Amino acid sequence: MIRKYSAVQSALIGASLLGLMATGAQAANTELKIGFVGVTSGPAAAWGTSNVRSMQTLAAQWNEAGGVKIGDRTYDIKIVTFDDQKDPKRAIAGMEKMAQEGIHYVVGPNVDDGAAAVRPVAEAKGIIYFPYAFPKALYTKPAANAVLGMVANYQSGPAIYKYLHDKRNVKTIAFVAANESDPLSQRDGGVAAANALGLQVVADKDTYQNDTRDFTPVLTPIVKLKPDLLVLSGVSPANAPLLIRAARELGYQGLLSTETAQDAKVLEEGAGELANGFISVGGASTPEIRSKAMDDFIARYTKMFGEYNDESNTKVYALQYIIDTLKANPKAIDDIAEYKKTIDGFSAPNPYVKGDKMLHYVGTTSFGQKRQLAVPLVVTEYKNGKFETLFVADVD
Amino acid sequence: MTQVIVNGLYLGAQYALIALGLTLIFALMNVLNFAHGQMYVFGGFITYTVYGQLHLPFVVALACSGVTLAIIGALFERFLFRTVIRRSVRDESTMLLAAGTAFFLDAVILLLFGEKQRGVPKIVNGVLNVDWLIIPYDKIIVGVIALVLIASFMAYMQFSRPGRAMRALAQDRVAAQLMGVNVDRYSMIGFALGAMLAGVVGGLLVAITGVNSGIGGPISIKAFLMVMIGGAGVVGGAIAGGFILGMLESVGLSVLHAYGDVTYLVIFAALMVFLSIRPNGLMGKPWG
Repeated sequence: MIRKYSAVQSALIGASLLGLMATGAQAANTELKIGFVGVTSGPAAAWGTSNVRSMQTLAAQWNEAGGVKIGDRTYDIKIVTFDDQKDPKRAIAGMEKMAQEGIHYVVGPNVDDGAAAVRPVAEAKGIIYFPYAFPKALYTKPAANAVLGMVANYQSGPAIYKYLHDKRNVKTIAFVAANESDPLSQRDGGVAAANALGLQVVADKDTYQNDTRDFTPVLTPIVKLKPDLLVLSGVSPANAPLLIRAARELGYQGLLSTETAQDAKVLEEGAGELANGFISVGGASTPEIRSKAMDDFIARYTKMFGEYNDESNTKVYALQYIIDTLKANPKAIDDIAEYKKTIDGFSAPNPYVKGDKMLHYVGTTSFGQKRQLAVPLVVTEYKNGKFETLFVADVD
Repeated sequence: MTQVIVNGLYLGAQYALIALGLTLIFALMNVLNFAHGQMYVFGGFITYTVYGQLHLPFVVALACSGVTLAIIGALFERFLFRTVIRRSVRDESTMLLAAGTAFFLDAVILLLFGEKQRGVPKIVNGVLNVDWLIIPYDKIIVGVIALVLIASFMAYMQFSRPGRAMRALAQDRVAAQLMGVNVDRYSMIGFALGAMLAGVVGGLLVAITGVNSGIGGPISIKAFLMVMIGGAGVVGGAIAGGFILGMLESVGLSVLHAYGDVTYLVIFAALMVFLSIRPNGLMGKPWG
């Protein structure tokens, strides 16, 4: 009797298990891989690391909530990462790896030469990529696969200089940049914008090695010129506090600004109150404009990685745009031509800022086609460990 | 001009201190320690943690940096470099090993301390501002400490028993061994001392320039530059190389700034010409 019962019971358990497995197989989400190719080691590690961590944080949030529904299917998002070490050759290898994995959407690379280097691979293998690099050729026809992931310096610079000219009476301006392609091109763009505004450019050739640790010799001749505004073109978060500190200790009294995103904690530790008044660019950065979703993202990021990075205020957007665009046109999951078709008319609520701001693609003014994410141009001023909003603007 | 000269002297003092450890290890073991910059960075992060995060006195933080790096240096020598030197007859093996340790430390530092630039509160506030010179007080203090450390190191090498033994090793390893010097022991002490110097100077300068996980490589390159100018394996040469490089940088950035970033171009061009005339640097090897 016992043996018979056990057999029945076993059969029932087996059937139940099979049923569960079948249900489980039906319920399990499909995996959607999104790539990252950028720098997560070496001197510029901070740029790519904040990218990757933003993507991983969002993916974890969505996956934990049951996945992302695109069309009729629900997907778990998997972030596939590749550290290009800021080397264009490795960036190409990274993009090829993404192609081998069947990935069609890649965030990065972080710098100009890497973004330019991967273009042939992306175009040949059917990949849309979202660089954090500013050369217009990447986004202007015939280029079609790159979408600028942030606000470019030639878009934010004129807005900042005009604001400072109008509100802070800035008349003379000086530029200093690292001797690398990104900062130098940003400096040249800044100089052109300043000239167009009628500002007097008193220094536009001063540069420094990116590995400089003591900026006093670099800034000594510039500070003597007493410009109203000193622009740290394309400055990395690692160098910004050192430059600010050196300038202030040399007695510089004017304004300091940059068009790159910075981190408040890094400024606080590296320059303390000397960084007060430093003007930079953020995305959904300041408490007065960010939404609850952004607060949740920051909390999740901090929980996952121990400390938030303010650069992620702009880098939170790329993955959100990719997923929302795929939601708008599910056929684009395997077909980037569909994605490109969707770009022009795409619109979705921006979850990261208060109010009724929308996510949409921009860039017509700068590139002649929509190949840029509409990240809010939030110009901030650092004060006592925090960024405060100076003004908010839109690209295009 | 006074400002430019003082900038150069300050840079020179910190550069000289960075180069000392590198040249010591090269002199003793003929090893180009590519991980010297990473050891500097490690020292900087330890001081950041102890002084900046745990709020212990700066001197304690510096001591922690020095001791930790001395232990790391001793372990590297005992278990890695000694083994490779024994088993390999080719000098390239130690160079590859050194490069490997540099990559290893880079990865460890990034994992332990993250990607962000870190800084600590100033050890002294205020700026000396007179007609002819502007310099923060903390830089004056760090410059003086650097000079004291250089002098102490030289005195230690000149007058202490381990110092004499290490100098003997540097002059002629076989002869020193035949005279009863414990080569293994003093090689380990020398490597630990070199690593300790890197750690201490990293800790010292975190108060001025902060630290981040990516600067190890560039620091090593600058240290090699100084050692090449002064002469590999010569303590006096490393100090001279440090001050020369500091002064060249300061004067170049001041005089040539209107022409863009040509200072290092000029320095490297001058170095190529100089090395073609004096391939052993200013003072050659061994130090004696």
